[in-house]
Amino acid sequence: MKKRTLATMLMASMTAVSLIGCGGGNAATQAAATTAAAETTTAAAAAAETTTAAPAEAQKELIKVGIINNDPNESGYRTANDADLKAMFTEENGYEASFAYSLKNDEQINAAQKFIQDEVDYLLLSAADTSGWDSVLQDAQNAGIGVILFDRTIDASEDLYLASIVSDMDKEGETAVNWLAGQGLDEYNVIHIQGVMGSAAQRGRTGALDAKVAAEASWNLVTQQTAEWNSEKAQQIVQSVIDSGTPFNVIYAENDDMAKGAVAALDKANISHGVGKDVIVMGFDCNKWALEELLAQNWNYDGQCNPFQASYIDAVIKKVEKGEELGEKVIIMDEKGFDATEITKEDVEKYGI
Amino acid sequence: MKENSVLEMRHIYKCFPGVRALQGVDFTLGKGEIHALMGENGAGKSTLIKVLTGVYEKDEGEIYLDGLDKPAVIRSPQDAQRLGISTVYQEITLCPNLTVAENMYIGRGTGRLTNWKQMNTDADRILTNLGIPAKAQQQLSDCSIAIQQMVAIARAVDMDCKVLILDEPTSSLDESEVEKLFGLMRDLRARGVGIIFVTHFLDQVYEVCDKITVLRDGQLVGEYVIEELPRVKLVAKMLGKELDDMEEIKDETNVYHGDDAYVFEAKGLQSEAGIKPFDFYIKKGEVNGFTGLLGSGRSECVRAIFCADKVTGGTVQMNGKPVKLTKPLDAMKNGIAYLPEDRKLDGIVGDLSVRENIILAAQVLKGFFKPFSRAEANAFADEYIKLLEIKTASADTPIKSLSGGNQQKVILGRWLLTHPEYLILDEPTRGIDIGTKIEIQKLVLKLASEGMSVTFISSETDEMLRTCSRLVVMRDRRVVGELSGFDLTQGKVMETIAGGDAS
Amino acid sequence: MTLKKHISVSKQIFIPIAALVLLAVFNLLVDPAFFKISLGHNSAGDPVLTGYLMTILDYGSEVAILAIGMTLVTAASGGQDISVGAAVAIAGSVILRILVGIGGDGSLRAPIFVGFLAACVVSMLFGAFNGMLVAVFKIQPMVATLILYTAGRSIAAWINNNELPIVTDKSFTYFGGFIPGIPIPTPFFLAVVCIVAALLALKFTNLGLYTQAVGINASSSRLNGINPVFIKWLSFVLLGLCVAVVGLIKTSRLSSINYSVIAKDIEMDAILAVALGGNALSGGKFNIMASIMGAYVIQFLTTTLYKFNVSSDALPAYKAVVVILLVVISSPTVKDKLIGLQKRMKQQKGGGQS
Repeated sequence: MKKRTLATMLMASMTAVSLIGCGGGNAATQAAATTAAAETTTAAAAAAETTTAAPAEAQKELIKVGIINNDPNESGYRTANDADLKAMFTEENGYEASFAYSLKNDEQINAAQKFIQDEVDYLLLSAADTSGWDSVLQDAQNAGIGVILFDRTIDASEDLYLASIVSDMDKEGETAVNWLAGQGLDEYNVIHIQGVMGSAAQRGRTGALDAKVAAEASWNLVTQQTAEWNSEKAQQIVQSVIDSGTPFNVIYAENDDMAKGAVAALDKANISHGVGKDVIVMGFDCNKWALEELLAQNWNYDGQCNPFQASYIDAVIKKVEKGEELGEKVIIMDEKGFDATEITKEDVEKYGI
Repeated sequence: MKENSVLEMRHIYKCFPGVRALQGVDFTLGKGEIHALMGENGAGKSTLIKVLTGVYEKDEGEIYLDGLDKPAVIRSPQDAQRLGISTVYQEITLCPNLTVAENMYIGRGTGRLTNWKQMNTDADRILTNLGIPAKAQQQLSDCSIAIQQMVAIARAVDMDCKVLILDEPTSSLDESEVEKLFGLMRDLRARGVGIIFVTHFLDQVYEVCDKITVLRDGQLVGEYVIEELPRVKLVAKMLGKELDDMEEIKDETNVYHGDDAYVFEAKGLQSEAGIKPFDFYIKKGEVNGFTGLLGSGRSECVRAIFCADKVTGGTVQMNGKPVKLTKPLDAMKNGIAYLPEDRKLDGIVGDLSVRENIILAAQVLKGFFKPFSRAEANAFADEYIKLLEIKTASADTPIKSLSGGNQQKVILGRWLLTHPEYLILDEPTRGIDIGTKIEIQKLVLKLASEGMSVTFISSETDEMLRTCSRLVVMRDRRVVGELSGFDLTQGKVMETIAGGDAS
Repeated sequence: MTLKKHISVSKQIFIPIAALVLLAVFNLLVDPAFFKISLGHNSAGDPVLTGYLMTILDYGSEVAILAIGMTLVTAASGGQDISVGAAVAIAGSVILRILVGIGGDGSLRAPIFVGFLAACVVSMLFGAFNGMLVAVFKIQPMVATLILYTAGRSIAAWINNNELPIVTDKSFTYFGGFIPGIPIPTPFFLAVVCIVAALLALKFTNLGLYTQAVGINASSSRLNGINPVFIKWLSFVLLGLCVAVVGLIKTSRLSSINYSVIAKDIEMDAILAVALGGNALSGGKFNIMASIMGAYVIQFLTTTLYKFNVSSDALPAYKAVVVILLVVISSPTVKDKLIGLQKRMKQQKGGGQS
């Protein structure tokens, strides 16, 4: 890690932006964000001299892409996302990729302008903020550069970009609730532990469950509480339910950390959990350690929030290069839900972030 | 109400937990009258003043003011101010971080925007009229305590008051400043203002006052016209007993007769406080003193000896051996004790009990890991409460609720408990009653007769002449002379201070 | 005299005790089952006591430990350390770094006490840093500790290279859970150890006297041979020690760490505990036991609110109400009014008789 000055740290805290999109669901840790931001401020200066992966005597056939992302240290999700992009856009795959990282919109816009001057073929963008992109994207379009958004959408005319590859949080929730409904319990007494209220991930993952509880008489919420992505709070919430003696058989935690906190409370009270046990444990985000819990059948389900957009982007670029028509502008990624009874060692390695 | 009176207080009662501070006190103040309120510490003077100014609410009794047909309701200092009662307290109650002008006008706005320029001009005019050497836009903390006091008076005077209360206003002022203040008081008297003057300086009472009201133990002793009450009688009224002649406290029988080796000797001592390097020594059993006008550097000298200010040069010997003193603890370990000038700021630890305040220095000397047991601490506290006749409800009482004189006694007790070889007392008698003053002076002489060396500083030259056998005279932050033996006269001291010898 | 002393002490501790009684009575009226404690076994098969009261003892202990140090810091410096949450993250991170390390498989690489000692050293160093800013450079404590508050969690993440080490060794769970065979949560024992250590330190050293003297009047303390700079600095270092203990408990609870949320907002609880204990936040006189009681009162309140399913993001609002009530009740204005009221009632009685 780079040596940081006090000033950078202070600045970092100020720039620790609230996160929207999938990252938010991924225990987008404030600390990580702070670290990230600190890095970013140094990176900000370095944004001008974006790291160029390809050698100087790059062959003409290579497709030049400029990738603007949030800082990879922001969260596990972002780290996985960045690694995925780096793995895809290599020389072997026919790309010459340049990366720029920032959690600040204006720095991202500067980086975008730099890429336009460098005459990249494609601009890949995960915007820090939804607004302020119109003019720079217009510049890109005028320069004949294709813009592809990933992970996050922006408030700009659809004409300005080729495609937007995003997660569907509502669908994540639905997948999870459908899986739970498929377990065929007589009665669903659910402890629902929510993320930070109002975040996209929370809204999507809560919505599906709320709808189901409202529709089905056999589904009850024992408690519905926000633990704000915080494992400690989750532990206390579950502890409180245990202390009250109210029966429950499902823990629906909106991220892995909170599921972990809930399980710690269960362990303390000797309440069995996992496949074929008293309590079903559900988490989201597919952290590697969480999937290992699934593999050990201590948990039952983990919903994916897919950070792997690179292949989708690749597909879009390939289509454009071949001159094919693009379909829908907004491309929703496939997101899996893992069942403890079906997950394999390979899944853990492949999908764990 | 009587004719010609601006203020009448009738049957005022005020109790604090465990203390009946005022019991049915009457007080009458006439128009254009300077009225001294006298009494020992704890007699109830301050409480009466605070009741009058709305700091405390009285339990019982009535206050009548000229121009009001029913009893005045004074629930807060603002009420008092509105009714034309202005106060200058003994302790500076201004804001040191504001300018002089701001201090004079603070809390007096009627909600309008402040016209800063006007305010500064007005303030400057008043300051000039009163001959106060301060500028309106100067920050108050940059002024000496004396000037700050005068600013406080200027503030009170400017508030168109009917009743002006001066609570120990002169304790920080030197003589010329006192004269200025008296001139001002007489001016105000001529304009019909009633002035309540609280002081311990008997001379000042007789110089400027018309009437005297004496309190003792929260009760009214009586009201007297000044001509009818000679000093000795006044002191007797205050103490409740006849006073043996104060002049006689020093006699040959209680002088130390032993070897007269130097206990402490400093050469070229210098500190951050900006005093010129000075040489100084004190012998065993000697009482000496630093004298000079306020700000002449007398306090700074003793602070340098105790390392209260950072020492920047000079050598020190204790009992003939060179020692290196860099911080107060070093001085304490070498048997030096120092009672600081500013009791409130440097002396007391307000919220701590009398007991803790007494044992503090001895405890620090004993060591961090060796606390006194509860029983030891109690024994020490009781010993010194008894020895110094400290008036306190118990050893557990927070020191801040004691009267000034008793606080001073606690601090004195604290240092006596360390059994120092060399005791420095900087203004130990300031702001305390005459009885205690004499007690302290007697104590100093007694300690010296037992072999303790004492440096005694007081603004009252006669106190120093009575107690000290040698005086170091200071002017403009340098030592300008040393007097002993037959030179120890008021006239000679004045002459040396003034530099009249012109040599 | 001893009786009087007794009264004055109990007066201060009266506030948290009254609050505790109030909460207890409330719970008793609404649901007596709140006080049920049952003996069970945890998943490791060890006997454990469960129930709301045990939960309070368990979680309240973290704040209680911090309250010890926070009381000293408050008393000496007249300000509060707002970086303890971040410092706990650092302490926890150090423990995990030593025990598991970067890229470790979860098994212990070093004895737990080594990890804990390292955390103590690091926490005390950060405490020393805060203390230096406050004592030497005379920066307002809240401003001085704002630096670590801001940077602490990044530092914690950096210590483990932003990885999330997980300890798989069972013995590590004892500190935030139960020691096999002992059915009372370990954090409570750790709190007791800290409390006893603190009380012994106060009894057998002059820490209490010096701290209070410095907090009340630093200038006067200096002239009595005390080094106010050192005493203020020391209070922050001691708080660092408390932080390390809490770091151990926190990481042990989940055998892992989440840098951004571990011990989040715990500094506010610790400060609140000090205030609840009737200690002046402007420094000076203090009562450690009252602060500790205050800590358990806060957890009592938290647990009660959880029981009634109050949304956890609304908890701070309830705590704020409690603070406002306390501050108002203990304010001089209200005190005077109460005393006045009492007097008037007495007078009326007296008037009726005559």
